Amino acid sequence: MSAPMISLQGLSGTTVFDQSPARAKSGGCASSSCGSSAKPHEMDSAVWEKIKDHPCFSEEAHHYFARMHVAVAPACNIQCNYCNRKYDCANESRPGVVSERLTPDQALRKVIGVANEVPQLSVLGIAGPGDACYDWKNTKATFQRVAKEIGDIKLCISTNGLALPDRVAELAEMNVDHVTITINMVDPRIGAKIYPWIFYGNRRYTGVEAATILHERQMSGLEMLTARGILTKINSVMIPGVNDEHLIEVNKWVKERGAFLHNVMPLISDPAHGTHYGLSGQRGPKAMELKALQDRLEGGAKLMRHCRQCRADAVGLLGEDRGQEFTLDRLPDKVTYDASKRETYRAVVARERGDRLAAKSEALGMVKTAGSGKSLLVAVATKGGGRINEHFGHAKEFQVYEASPKGISFVGHRKVEQYCLGGRAEDKSLDGVISTLEGVDIVLCARIGNCPEDRLKEGGIRATEAYGYDYIETAIGALYAAEFGSEPLAATA
Amino acid sequence: MAFKIIASQCTQCGACEFECPSGAIKFKGETYVIDPKKCTECEGTFETQQCASVCPVSKTCVPA
Ligand code: SF4
Ligand code: SF4
Ligand code: SF4
Repeated sequence: MSAPMISLQGLSGTTVFDQSPARAKSGGCASSSCGSSAKPHEMDSAVWEKIKDHPCFSEEAHHYFARMHVAVAPACNIQCNYCNRKYDCANESRPGVVSERLTPDQALRKVIGVANEVPQLSVLGIAGPGDACYDWKNTKATFQRVAKEIGDIKLCISTNGLALPDRVAELAEMNVDHVTITINMVDPRIGAKIYPWIFYGNRRYTGVEAATILHERQMSGLEMLTARGILTKINSVMIPGVNDEHLIEVNKWVKERGAFLHNVMPLISDPAHGTHYGLSGQRGPKAMELKALQDRLEGGAKLMRHCRQCRADAVGLLGEDRGQEFTLDRLPDKVTYDASKRETYRAVVARERGDRLAAKSEALGMVKTAGSGKSLLVAVATKGGGRINEHFGHAKEFQVYEASPKGISFVGHRKVEQYCLGGRAEDKSLDGVISTLEGVDIVLCARIGNCPEDRLKEGGIRATEAYGYDYIETAIGALYAAEFGSEPLAATA
Repeated sequence: MAFKIIASQCTQCGACEFECPSGAIKFKGETYVIDPKKCTECEGTFETQQCASVCPVSKTCVPA
């Protein structure tokens, strides 16, 4: 049985799921440990229903669904050393940075505009700059307006947690079923190194006193959300030398209090951003340091490994940002919601998803029967749909998977500078790509030229287009079997 | 006495506006401004000036 040919080119603009017949075969899932991220059969069905279309909460969903953020809540009640609210630059992508701030009415226009054009859209989030729970009037007005027009869109917010306990009841009323809290510490002495001040109860607090209040409010907010069945994701910023070791403790605390996912993100600190950390020379972690910490956290609260630290007004699939296509000046003055594209898309995804799951379990079987104790780090160029469907030179990021006797799991992504710009290959950026891919054994992509392939080889990294357009897991399974299996299997059936 | 906002430093986050107990802060044109006739320096209401305590940029809400 081969997967149906589905082209969503016309529908989705940037994401094409299937450009060649899938070579995957279906098979029963014999394993109870398909990867490390949330899968339908390892969690109760109510939870799966909540996350299955949420790209940030479900690793599986991030191949299919898109989120958009609107920056409607710029006011904040704390200061973080990794944030500078004085500058926001349109050319940067990092959390908290936006190119336009919106009123709730402008936000509604933008959400409808995007929903009409981006059928993958499933989630509307309100994150930085600012705090969605503190700047509550704007947050609430936006959610109410959007929910009235687009009934099935999922609403979610990010917060530092300080004002959260005051908002839990209203969040529940508005059917917000996902909340992200940024928690960087459970020890206020460490907190004092991250937060210079908070504004609470009509005054400013500093030092350990400030961090203590923040910590208590974060924990009680988390407990209140758990009690109401609202799913919480915890974001932690990994700051080497400040809280890196401590995040193991944080993971324990949040797991005990019902957090659903823990997302450890690398500190971004560039002097040009003008943040305290940027200016004081605090460095961020390297990709392999981040992975090492995440590996140590395995077994605690479930880890999120597919976070892209997107701009606060990003639009599209994780890893892509189409925000620039939907700035206010490009939207019609009057927009009316048209549900048809989103509905068609969902029907296609439902089918494609089933096929991919079957292909994945077959791939797992291949890894297991290979009977090798070794692990393989594979970087994949993809533009969505769970397939290897991006050219090496066009990739802005690689998704990294680890195949080992435990299974095939997504371990993260590595952002790179595009190697091919406007048809011309840039030699300098290829060096950057090679160093970004440090530790990776093999790169899988839809196409790659001889020259970059050879250069990669000199850098100790193999690359192949042999699995182009296959499902990611199918390809990795076959590759693993070919590398380590006692009897090498054919690459594809 | 009143407070004022140094417009060139303001991030336009609006936090001061909704913390001001006197309703003295409004968004005018491109920036937030304090109406000196309404500003009480928070006297009698809070120990510290609310606008200055919540503002993310130091020395932006200052005595006029
Ligand atoms: S909570 Fe968000 S907006 Fe507020 S200071 Fe921290 S990073 Fe910046
Ligand atoms: S000092 Fe107090 S009353 Fe005056 S503008 Fe600031 S917050 Fe308002
Ligand atoms: S709090 Fe400060 S930065 Fe924010 S609007 Fe008021 S003066 Fe501007």
